[in-house]
Amino acid sequence: MTITGIAAIGAGLAAIGAGVGIGKIGGSAMEAMARQPEMHGKIQSSALILAAFVEAVALFGVVVAFLQG
Amino acid sequence: MTLKTFRTALFSVLFFAISIVGFALEDKESSDEKEFDPKEMILHHVKDAHGFHLWDWKGHAVSLPLPIILWTDNGLTTFSSSEFHHDDTGHTIVEENGGKFVKFHEKIYQLENGATNVVFDEEHHPINASKPLNFSITRNVFMMWVSVIILLLIFLTTARSYKKSKDGVPTGIAGFIEPLIVFVRDEIGIPMIGKHKYKRYMPYLLTIFFFIWINNIFGLIPIFNGANLSGNIAFTFTLAMFTFIITTLSGNKNYWKHIFWMPGVPVPMKIFLMPIEIIGMFVKPISLMIRLFANITAGHVIVLALMSLIFVFKSEWMGLVSVPFVLFITVIEIIVTAIQAYIFTILSALYFGMATEEEH
Repeated sequence: MTITGIAAIGAGLAAIGAGVGIGKIGGSAMEAMARQPEMHGKIQSSALILAAFVEAVALFGVVVAFLQG
Repeated sequence: MTLKTFRTALFSVLFFAISIVGFALEDKESSDEKEFDPKEMILHHVKDAHGFHLWDWKGHAVSLPLPIILWTDNGLTTFSSSEFHHDDTGHTIVEENGGKFVKFHEKIYQLENGATNVVFDEEHHPINASKPLNFSITRNVFMMWVSVIILLLIFLTTARSYKKSKDGVPTGIAGFIEPLIVFVRDEIGIPMIGKHKYKRYMPYLLTIFFFIWINNIFGLIPIFNGANLSGNIAFTFTLAMFTFIITTLSGNKNYWKHIFWMPGVPVPMKIFLMPIEIIGMFVKPISLMIRLFANITAGHVIVLALMSLIFVFKSEWMGLVSVPFVLFITVIEIIVTAIQAYIFTILSALYFGMATEEEH
């Protein structure tokens, strides 16, 4: 169980976090777009931007994994 | 041209450009046929370098060497990086201005007398060499100048077309840039900073928006062989530091009160909140820095890793699988370039807004 291996596992866990977060954003965005199709554009752009924020947090984890392994 | 032909042309160009990345990766080490190490290749492409290695032509490397400018004890020493003859293992010694220099993994060391190669100890510190101050024009510096020149061209032309037109209606490229500038003003500047104070910060917001966007785009173009400027943490650190300095300098009394002595809470909470807020003051620009760096570098690493699958499997048919994936990831990366520029700008505007907020 080398440090590189543990770092890879850490990066994978960070990816799980990103997946869960962006999945929730996507789910709510889909629901909102289905309820109010006329707001489609605004909801889509807001969802994309919020996904970038969640992605950034996951990438903090990936950066630490890079540094260690 | 119609939208449909434009889309077809764009995708064809992207598709062929990505296939060139596969050629650019064919760079063998100096002597023996080592096992292909994807990690080393990816790190080599993502980091800075002293010259552009474009492609291999008939076994010979076609490259654009960049000047190396060092400040040693003997004063300013300059030479072209072609004198190293593409040697990255520290064996070729360049004698210039009284000092002997070798290049090991794109870092330049000055050898002390009698040494022929750099020797590292366990903590990777060189024993028989020292690092002179390195002011060379590396790939990142060169690409930064290229993007500065392009930005100046675009925006000076835009400004001139506004002046030249008789009734304020712009022509040419100003028609493309104007909606973007209005977007930055109406969606980022005014909502975050407020109608009365946004004008002071607009130049900075516009600058970082377009600067980051252009640098991200350059990082995606394969032929520039990893001009990974926005994926360089020193670059993003500098931009985040500008945001931090402007936020701190424009903080008014409310801002400092909120940090040190948060109004409206009982005194024990005030004492408890003070270190948290102080740390928060520093963590916000740091998160800006890491966000931009990690997003751009991660994108490049994914593209390079998918391409290197071809070499790991040692078969051309892997290309049928890899190149569509890489195309898909590159399209996402194009969206990410714009989004990361937008997020950096909107968060900077948010911090400026928080710093200049009036009392509720």
